[in-house]
Amino acid sequence: MWNWDYTLLILPQILEALKITVSATFVAFAVALVVGLILTLARRSDFKPLSLFAQGFIEFVRSTPLLVQLYFIFYVLPEHGLSLSPFIAGVMGLGLHYSTYLSEVYRGGIESIPPGQWEAAKALNFTPLETWRKIILPQSIPPVIPVMGNYLITMFKETPVLSAITLVEIMQTAKMLGSHSFRYLEAFTIVGVLFLVLSYSSSLMVRRLEVRLNLR
Amino acid sequence: MWFDILPSFWEGAKITIQLTLFSAVIAFFLAFLAGFGRLSKIKAVRFLAATYVEIFRGTSLFVQLFWIYFALPLFGIMLPKMLAGVLALSLNAGAYGSEIVRSTIISVPKGQTEAAIALNMTPWQRTWLVILPQALVMMLPAFGNLIIEMLKGTALVSLVTLADLTFVATVLNSSIMRPTEIFSVLLVIYFVISLPFTRGIRWIEHRLSAGRY
Repeated sequence: MWNWDYTLLILPQILEALKITVSATFVAFAVALVVGLILTLARRSDFKPLSLFAQGFIEFVRSTPLLVQLYFIFYVLPEHGLSLSPFIAGVMGLGLHYSTYLSEVYRGGIESIPPGQWEAAKALNFTPLETWRKIILPQSIPPVIPVMGNYLITMFKETPVLSAITLVEIMQTAKMLGSHSFRYLEAFTIVGVLFLVLSYSSSLMVRRLEVRLNLR
Repeated sequence: MWFDILPSFWEGAKITIQLTLFSAVIAFFLAFLAGFGRLSKIKAVRFLAATYVEIFRGTSLFVQLFWIYFALPLFGIMLPKMLAGVLALSLNAGAYGSEIVRSTIISVPKGQTEAAIALNMTPWQRTWLVILPQALVMMLPAFGNLIIEMLKGTALVSLVTLADLTFVATVLNSSIMRPTEIFSVLLVIYFVISLPFTRGIRWIEHRLSAGRY
């Protein structure tokens, strides 16, 4: 049933495609980190329309499927003159989707800062920009780094969805190999094992990081 | 145009909602089974539960669905699309749900167990009458979020050609080529289906925090 010769034949191609999967993960994570922070700040803004918009955006994006959001970016934007490659559309979709989750992470970190820190910044005559840059963010981000790490792993596991907009990452490669030979078992199992090994080992790393941060 | 496409969206919505609800019920059972399994005194049970959870959390829903639908037939197990979808969704969500069950049960204060022991309750009574009722209430918001994740996950079944909302939309789009309207409506429909759950979670969280001051 399981064919080892065939497995060894297709393994190099799947490993090659892993590069695309990993780079899509990291680029999308960078997008999520930046947009997530912007959303958090917008949500805290005193300007009501901006904060309502951020709140509405977060709720809408979090309650609709990533797959449909990808279709939207990939098929609707070209209608309005913005054609994107599968990679760019994919990392934009994945990044925007998870920016709404990361904005909750930032919010948690910011809300755990004691009010005395804000008051001290005010007393020392810091401008709002300086307060955020020198006092609030440096204290609120390190404690939430493990949580961010867990989202990085979650995003890694979501990348197969990008195959739906024709990005040739590992799942798409496995699908193509399978449809050539009518054998899906080996290809999909390899992909599953790769995900399991990489995400499990990275989650152990995040757990170690968590312990080290708690010791400090 | 809308008169033609809205009925097909309605057909798709029925499949999406059915999938979500069926899978949610099974996932709920699996979550309790695996959650309690990981807290079991018997090592083999703990190991079995942990293996299930790590495998289904460590690979992605997408891979699991495709594996069940395309790779299982090689073992002679050919599942109908709907069953394959429900199986993948519930096994995946069950693994995430078991972490909710496990973490809330261990977060019930130790004094509660000690008091139950002091009152001479059997282990069975301790779990059912003291620990579980308190843990259940704490689990509700997290389970609500899990149901929304499941609703979003159902969109993936369109890729194995089960005629859910997303599948209906992609088919419509390839025939009438109006992506802007079709995908905008599709997003809004998903949002509307999720609303009762998001509002419900908020209401429960509000009720839970009410008596805490």
